[in-house]
Amino acid sequence: MTTLTAALGDGAVITRRNVIKIKRVPDLLIIGMLSPIMFVLLFAYVFGSAVVLPGGGDYREFLMAGIFTQTVVLSTTITGVGLAEDMQKGIIDRFRTLPISRSAVLVGRTTSDLVNNLLVVATMSLAGLVVGWRVNTSVGEALLGFALLLAFAYAVSWIMAVVGLAVRSPEVVNNASFVVVFALTFVANTFVPSEGLPGPLRVFAQWNPVSAVTEAVRQLFGNNPPGYVAPDVWPLQNPIAASLGWIVVILLVFVPLSVQQYQKATSR
Amino acid sequence: MSDAIQVENVVKRFGAVTALDGVNLSVPAGTVMGLLGPNGAGKTTTVRVLTTLLEPDSGRATVHGLDVVRDAPALRRRIGVSGQYAAVDEYLTAFENLELVGRLYRLGRRRARARATELLEQFGLEDAATRVVKGFSGGMRRRLDLAGALVARPEVLFLDEPTTGLDPRSRIAMWEAISELVASGSTLLLTTQYLEEADRLADRIAVVDHGRVIAEGTADELKDQVGGERIELTLERADQLSLARTTLGGVAHGEISVSAEQRRIVVPVSTGSHALMRGLRDLDEAGVPVIDVVLRRPTLDDVFLALTERQQDDTDPGVLEHAGRGAEIAT
Ligand SMILES: Nc1ncnc2c1ncn2[C@@H]1O[C@H](COP(=O)(O)OP(=O)(O)OP(=O)(O)O)[C@@H](O)[C@H]1O
Ligand SMILES: [Mg+2]
Repeated sequence: MTTLTAALGDGAVITRRNVIKIKRVPDLLIIGMLSPIMFVLLFAYVFGSAVVLPGGGDYREFLMAGIFTQTVVLSTTITGVGLAEDMQKGIIDRFRTLPISRSAVLVGRTTSDLVNNLLVVATMSLAGLVVGWRVNTSVGEALLGFALLLAFAYAVSWIMAVVGLAVRSPEVVNNASFVVVFALTFVANTFVPSEGLPGPLRVFAQWNPVSAVTEAVRQLFGNNPPGYVAPDVWPLQNPIAASLGWIVVILLVFVPLSVQQYQKATSR
Repeated sequence: MSDAIQVENVVKRFGAVTALDGVNLSVPAGTVMGLLGPNGAGKTTTVRVLTTLLEPDSGRATVHGLDVVRDAPALRRRIGVSGQYAAVDEYLTAFENLELVGRLYRLGRRRARARATELLEQFGLEDAATRVVKGFSGGMRRRLDLAGALVARPEVLFLDEPTTGLDPRSRIAMWEAISELVASGSTLLLTTQYLEEADRLADRIAVVDHGRVIAEGTADELKDQVGGERIELTLERADQLSLARTTLGGVAHGEISVSAEQRRIVVPVSTGSHALMRGLRDLDEAGVPVIDVVLRRPTLDDVFLALTERQQDDTDPGVLEHAGRGAEIAT
């Protein structure tokens, strides 16, 4: 128990340090906010006017869940970049010689990135409301939807932590993450229904964790077209359970992995 | 006296590079050990092994009996570290940086803040306390990093080139801070490129080269190892070298070496100025004009160069001769 409280205490101190950086370099936050707004506008007005959903329905409503998921996943890149930067500047060396819990730096990093993501989701929701997106369910379901998004992003942060500690160069982390995140978030049901995709891509899209989360959020916000039937695969039939499952699995694999990697990380 | 730091046969390789090739070192509690060595000798790697940043490939290293690998968490509670490159957070102010370190040593908010204020003052950073580190000069960062190492008043302190890049005033302030800490009973391992610094601060000095400790002792012991006092003379005429050599035999305490090209004679002596005066009188009587003469005791620079010399050209030949590696010795 005392080790747990100590770990949380250290994690909180490091979270605070990272949040100070968000305050001191507001450009980062502003750019982090601008891109989701741009995404919402782009998709709503550029794609939204061209894409016709099978069975009808409002594409802008359909699309928001996809943009939400893509953006929060994309935002987790800062976890990897932040760690790579700390390593490059030698601060990880300082932390590693201090008597702090082994997970404190990573807990602090992922927590402050969660705070960042919370701000991003709030901005995006406002932008969505402006272009006509609405939540058509209850407050409870809406909150559950947001919670699921953030929980998923939190889990993905730990994957990015492993990448950041392994790659060590902030620029490379950034570019590598973008490639992976774009592949994961486009080969999914984020922007178009997955049924239309050709064979192997469809299988990938339907089992992609991003699809499960998007499907769950879409359901929880009531943004599916009328008469919509989810594809006949387990994760999309049970998207909430599948999302929770993915979150647990990712955390179980990547938390220990990144803690292990952190213990060997040095600035050179 | 028990040893605060003990290093036994530590080997560390990075791929094909053997950074540490069996380092042995022990530092008694409450003393200052200076690690001296040329670039790439393995000083930083030694410090990084001792501060739990790198695991040795083989061998054993302990701090107050705590193993750097097995007992790392307990060990970290007792050490303070300042690495070769300042590890400070650019986006925090100087005060916030030290407060952060204090909190992570679990001093609690109030004590962490009080200690931060104290250290900022001690290191002359009080005016910069609320400024973000991004705008700091190299020397200011360095001082802040050093202050970070002292936050928890550690029992054992590791400083890797602590005064590199500091102006003279800051260097002296640093020396004072270090002396104070050592006076209160802490043990210090410091690496340095400044021999003056090692001479002034360190009780004992270990010379590291190619990943091994090649000599160890007090500054005086090392100086003696390279050669004691000597008189260095330059004659007016090269054809008198042989005569001068015979004449000086009476004051010599060891073998006299002669360099014909430079018309120079180096005479090891044991009686200092007395030998100098007698030697000069003898030469004068023998009619040998001398154009330059010095009585010299080796400096740590000589020790450093002599011990770590790899190629024999164009370095101070006087020292080389004493180290037994001189070129062009004529009679
Ligand atoms: N992470 C690393 N990867 C590869 N080689 C390394 C690494 N760290 C150190 N080395 C090598 O190990 C050797 C010892 O390096 P170290 O940094 O310990 O030297 P040093 O004595 O501190 O030198 P300096 O006076 O330049 O600081 C060097 O040859 C260096 O290139
Ligand atoms: Mg070094």
